[in-house]
Amino acid sequence: MSPYYRPVRFDWWRKRRAYTLFVVRELTSVFIAGYAIVLLLLLRRLAEGREAYEAYLQWLATPGMMAFHIVALAAAVFHSLTWFSLAPRAMAVRIGERRLQPRTILWANYAAWAVVSAIAAWMVLRA
Amino acid sequence: MKTGRSSEPIWWLLFAVGGTVAAFLVPVHIAVGGIAGPAGWIPQAFAYDRMVGLISHPLSRLYLFALISLSLFHWAHRFRYTLAEGLRLKASWLPIPIACYGSAIVGTILAAAVLMRL
Amino acid sequence: MTSSVSSATITLEVLRYRPGRDQAPAFQSFQVPYREDWVVLDALNYIKDQIDGSLSYRWSCRMGVCGSCGMMVNGTPRLSCAAFLKEYYPATVRVEPLEHFPIERDLVISLDDFMQKLPAVRPWIVRQDDRPLDAGEYRQTPAELDWYKQFSMCINCLLCYSACPVYELEPRFIGPAALALVARYNLDSRDQGREQRQEIAAGPDGVWDCTLVGECSTVCPKDVDPAGAIQRLKLSSALEWVKNVVLPWGRR
Repeated sequence: MSPYYRPVRFDWWRKRRAYTLFVVRELTSVFIAGYAIVLLLLLRRLAEGREAYEAYLQWLATPGMMAFHIVALAAAVFHSLTWFSLAPRAMAVRIGERRLQPRTILWANYAAWAVVSAIAAWMVLRA
Repeated sequence: MKTGRSSEPIWWLLFAVGGTVAAFLVPVHIAVGGIAGPAGWIPQAFAYDRMVGLISHPLSRLYLFALISLSLFHWAHRFRYTLAEGLRLKASWLPIPIACYGSAIVGTILAAAVLMRL
Repeated sequence: MTSSVSSATITLEVLRYRPGRDQAPAFQSFQVPYREDWVVLDALNYIKDQIDGSLSYRWSCRMGVCGSCGMMVNGTPRLSCAAFLKEYYPATVRVEPLEHFPIERDLVISLDDFMQKLPAVRPWIVRQDDRPLDAGEYRQTPAELDWYKQFSMCINCLLCYSACPVYELEPRFIGPAALALVARYNLDSRDQGREQRQEIAAGPDGVWDCTLVGECSTVCPKDVDPAGAIQRLKLSSALEWVKNVVLPWGRR
């Protein structure tokens, strides 16, 4: 008498909320790659000269590209939050005999994120 | 049997480093360069001459190269597994990793080419 | 005992499968008395004793230690001895065998796959230099114990495999509990078997299959955190690869 094998579900990611959030988390990478391509094109236009660059900036200001960047920003922030919350589990940091608490690593990540973001923004914005 | 997966550590490392770099830097880049800049909130910062000056520094170019390339490798790894899980294919079935990592490699080459021309 | 309890009841929908008789599993409903201090396992025992003696399921200790009573309770892998009816009452409770495993009969799943994977990761202390017995035990400080203790709490209940979508799609995947045991022994200061386990752990069905969904750790009744264990194995395997390839003069 043979055991019964339940069929594999195609919509497995809908079975549980955590699965859905997992798929959303993985798909944030599409927006991150999308932004990398936008940035790559920006550099290309920059290399082509003033006119090409300014036309590209105008294209970026169109409602469609604005909408893309707003969604991409939300996706990127979701990526950052989930990444920082998972990172302490891959790294077990030991200082002397004591293991660094995952919560400490998490907050250190947030603090570093704030500092790095501020430096990056300052580099661009200082005139 | 083992040989097919022996390159996994490279891809995972690129993914891990890329994910970390993206987590720290991509939100601020999108907010400043994708929204605030094109919206015209900070016109002087995105003027052509200033941008060219900013990017002329070799360190800026190295930074942008790393940001673009690693973000793409991060995407490639995640997309490879999402594709495999979504389509019921094996993540080690060669066409999938070739398409994903191949795209990231092409993007990396393009980024290097553009940045060297600047 | 009977006089003080109310006459409230709760409905259990139990997935039944009788090999040889049923083509496919089907739900059967049972009305059982509702008691605030009853867990799902108590309700199943009531069914077996009072309503249908043919209902099959595994259980033993009733206190979350033996790891044999894992089931899907309303779609979530739980130990049925730790899932209280009052968490669900007055709604219906749906009980199914652990997902991603073949069903032997009713709520009993086949453990064969895990039983093959478990010894493959060598979940015991491996020594290169076995000391004679009269040399005494291998000693360990509390800090060294603390380094792996969390990963040693596993009771092999297999809830993590039922929560793992990767295992569903790729049944060859060694899986959360067995890989957590790799971490548990690799991190043990007395153990010297890391290289032997590495072939399985970092092999074609090992840690690289994991996409860190993280549900294995969420459902674990012993807070083992298999997802964290697997990430640490990925990191250490990747760093070892760097050492071997980028710095070939380092180890060879």
